[in-house]
Amino acid sequence: MREIWDILPGLGEKLAAHVVLSASAIGLAMLIALPLAVWAGRSRIVSRLALSLASLVQTIPALALLALFFPLLLSLRAVFGEGLPTLGFLPALMALTLYALLPILRNAVTAQANLDEGVLEAADGVGMTKWQKLYLVEAPLSAPFIMAGIRTASVWTIGAATLATTIGQPSLGDPIFAGLQTQNWALVLAGCLASAGLALAADNLLWVIEVGLARRKRWMTFGGMAIVVLGILAALWGQRSEEAERPIVIAAKQFSEQYILAQLIGSRLEAAGYRVEYRDGLGSAVVHSAVAASSVDISVDYTGTIWANFMKRADNPGREAVYETIREWEARQNGVKVLGRLGFENAYAFAMRPDRAKALGVTSLADLVGKGASLTVGGDPEFFERPEWLAVRDAYGLRFGKTRNFAPTFMYDALRSGEADVISAYTSDGRIAADRLVVLADPKGALPSYDALLILSPRIADDPGVAAALQPLLGAISVEAMREANFAVDREDAGKLTPKQAAEQLSRKLRRPE
Amino acid sequence: MTTAPPLLRFDGVTCRFGDVTAVGGVTCDIAAGSFVAMVGASGSGKSTLLKTVNTLVEPTGGRVLFAGEDVSDLPPAKLRRRVGYVFQGIGLFPHMSVAENIAIGPRLAGEKLAAGRIAELLELVELDPAYATRMPDELSGGQRQRVGVARALAGEPELLIMDEPFGALDPVTRDALGRKVRELHDTLGLTTVMVTHDMAEALLLADRVLVMDRGALVADASPQGLLAGEGGAVAQRLVRVPREQAEKLAAMESRGA
Repeated sequence: MREIWDILPGLGEKLAAHVVLSASAIGLAMLIALPLAVWAGRSRIVSRLALSLASLVQTIPALALLALFFPLLLSLRAVFGEGLPTLGFLPALMALTLYALLPILRNAVTAQANLDEGVLEAADGVGMTKWQKLYLVEAPLSAPFIMAGIRTASVWTIGAATLATTIGQPSLGDPIFAGLQTQNWALVLAGCLASAGLALAADNLLWVIEVGLARRKRWMTFGGMAIVVLGILAALWGQRSEEAERPIVIAAKQFSEQYILAQLIGSRLEAAGYRVEYRDGLGSAVVHSAVAASSVDISVDYTGTIWANFMKRADNPGREAVYETIREWEARQNGVKVLGRLGFENAYAFAMRPDRAKALGVTSLADLVGKGASLTVGGDPEFFERPEWLAVRDAYGLRFGKTRNFAPTFMYDALRSGEADVISAYTSDGRIAADRLVVLADPKGALPSYDALLILSPRIADDPGVAAALQPLLGAISVEAMREANFAVDREDAGKLTPKQAAEQLSRKLRRPE
Repeated sequence: MTTAPPLLRFDGVTCRFGDVTAVGGVTCDIAAGSFVAMVGASGSGKSTLLKTVNTLVEPTGGRVLFAGEDVSDLPPAKLRRRVGYVFQGIGLFPHMSVAENIAIGPRLAGEKLAAGRIAELLELVELDPAYATRMPDELSGGQRQRVGVARALAGEPELLIMDEPFGALDPVTRDALGRKVRELHDTLGLTTVMVTHDMAEALLLADRVLVMDRGALVADASPQGLLAGEGGAVAQRLVRVPREQAEKLAAMESRGA
């Protein structure tokens, strides 16, 4: 695990982004929660309502809350115009702010409710106005308790901010998600260590301020505050130097192939003199909308995904027709440029162990007809709900004894152990070659094509330099080369590569364009 | 008697909280310079009536005149700076030092109380001026209430109102502080209204005793008058307690002697 120490120093930029995001969310939550708490202290209804709402927010999983702001902001574009960002900092800030409200609000309301009656009467008795009472008596006496709430909120927010990665906001979640997908545990641990360290540091600093407030030790209060402010300023400064001109942002979804291709694209652009930035671990729907909105600039998507998920088409007019239709649709609908196909497919395919296929005498999907009743078919969690499965089942009239869901990684283990006889594999998956699996032919063409596409956002759609730098990738990646690269990242033994290393290897195996 | 206008006038003051009538139409004048005790059992309405003076309680009927002005017409913050208020809870601000507590009234009025004046106020209530820098939680109950009295006097109020000021103190401290307050009343020329449930305290400190019962003023007499049997049944029942105690003690003393 010595790699962790090599990774940590490289996380400075993510740390700065993480600090700025968390601090903004807590700051905004304080601006909302503190006046609300004062109001709640004077009205029972407000108190009930505010605390119930804040608690309700807390029951929504942080990941879902972050994701929900994307459609919300998208619909708000009708009011605020197309300039409203739907991904990145704004939705992350809003979700985390909502999340931080409860502890601050609850502590502030409780602190107010528990103030000594005699002291409050004295405040009125000596002739304080409402405002004087608030800032001379109620605020200073509640401050230590409010600070405790802010501490809790900070620890939660710093933890939850790692999830901002999934909606395209850089944070310490980037190494965690990238590491989880490529099974690079050093990367995961480095990310966790950094965010846990940040949370602990914030907690302790705020504790110093809290104790300073409670014991009326000004040097502790102001010293703690000064360090907090300095930390935030340092993070802002670290970010500002990045903001000169926006680099080209390359998106990656949450699987190894995407990480490798993002690195491959990035290295070519860097070689051509562009500055690039990676936005890893995004959800599939998020990537598609993000490219259309130019929140990210380059993505690799698949014809089948766009066809079924975004165009909502269920028919299958053939590989070429699908590709041409998508090209035209993306340009017209989203202003997005489909630069071309990379040359391989990452389609759904049915795979079997060679010995099992031989014993059953199966080489194509048609051979399974009549034999399926005694077989178990395994698929990824969404597979049996997808149009591909329905299409294949209906085209061949397949009947299986059992269907079981597995996480993609475990599907191959299930096949090996005999828990599944047939699985829905992905054609570019390295484990097909590694396990020498038999991919069943699809004579009726029921499975749609999943050509990998290189997609450019409207912002760089007409940049000739970008097109020139990426042109050599079109049609250049064979499915075998992609499988090999994917396997190199997915494998667990000594031959394991990082996505960047795999991308370097892949770039040496590009086909010459025909 | 005197023709000078009263400093404080209750004019048919009524306080209702829902169905409960805490004070039911009290009318009474309090002359400048007098030390008045309001006595009554718990729930007789004496505290509620007192709090209408600095508008901590707003009457539902009638009015309270302070130096001829209806208190509900005066800005509350301004009014309360002219009326020193001491109460059982004491209510020292725990996050402020003794000096800051004493100086709070003038500070609210935009004045800074000089260290010399704070020392003088501490001396008035027989506390060492060195206490100025202490925090309230470093003081005993009696010391805290002394600071409470000093705070009430800091703004040079025209009227001092006290709500069970010595209720939470031990008897020795209570006696000493009671005498001190009476002495300050005389030397500073104050007008003082003190609410207490202890008739002995009222008889010993005040020069006029008002007795409240179930929201009504049932007796208004001098201590001498009460001891002579004035004021009616309720007042006499209250007077009987300390009188009988005193007689018993005197009897024990004479037997022992």
